[in-house]
Amino acid sequence: MTLDAILFYVFAAAAVGSALVVVGQRHPTYSAFALIVTLCSLSAVFGLLGSPFIAVLQVVVYAGAIMVLFLFVLMLLSVKREEPPARGAWGVKATAIGLGAVLVAQVGSVLAASARVTPAAPGFNASTGHVARLLFSPAYLYVFEATSILILAALVGAVALAKREM
Amino acid sequence: MSAGADLTTPALLLSAGLFAIGVVGVFLRRNVITVFMCVELMLNAVNLAFIAFSRWRGTLDGQVLVFFVLTVAAAEAAVGLAIIIAAQRNRDTLDVDSFNLLKW
Repeated sequence: MTLDAILFYVFAAAAVGSALVVVGQRHPTYSAFALIVTLCSLSAVFGLLGSPFIAVLQVVVYAGAIMVLFLFVLMLLSVKREEPPARGAWGVKATAIGLGAVLVAQVGSVLAASARVTPAAPGFNASTGHVARLLFSPAYLYVFEATSILILAALVGAVALAKREM
Repeated sequence: MSAGADLTTPALLLSAGLFAIGVVGVFLRRNVITVFMCVELMLNAVNLAFIAFSRWRGTLDGQVLVFFVLTVAAAEAAVGLAIIIAAQRNRDTLDVDSFNLLKW
């Protein structure tokens, strides 16, 4: 096993473990902190899969901007611990976990049947320069410009929604 | 960054596992902010699948798609959290079961 593979499994285990804490935790603030651990572990996984640009973006945008927004709202609203569920919620819980297990089993069976057929393309290099050249090529340029309009609309929308009086 | 094909299948399995954890969280949790965080977890799982397939096929389009998913996720988080603040102001609760004005 190479060092890459060992590190991959370490960070994959950290991501799954902290994701389980996100879901299992009743207090949203603890969930948010666990989600930060998940996002940083996934950033390491992205880096190990040869995508340094997305790895850095993951930390800056997700763990930096989005999670700070989440924690800001959590502190602003002074959220409380979730109450334990009423009786009869066990059916919902069992159904949800069962459906999740079915989803993993389905994807796992498809992967077991197909993924070993062809190996990964060699010499993969997704450096910032390569990604930027594709991003600003005619194929994606207009989509890229459209996302700036989306960001502007989201900015105006968030201010309009969170304002006390319209 | 040289390892061969051996990481593609584990990465896709990790992606499926994280997505399933996110789905289960959306069903189980009743605090609307935690539900929202589980949606972000699912988006991240999909990003991981994009990266794994991008590396497997040796093309960069998956990376660009992840870039757009990140942009949309940032916009979605801003608008979604603003909606949560407005809803909490109206209902004084964050329980998803109490937001039922669109039901009849």
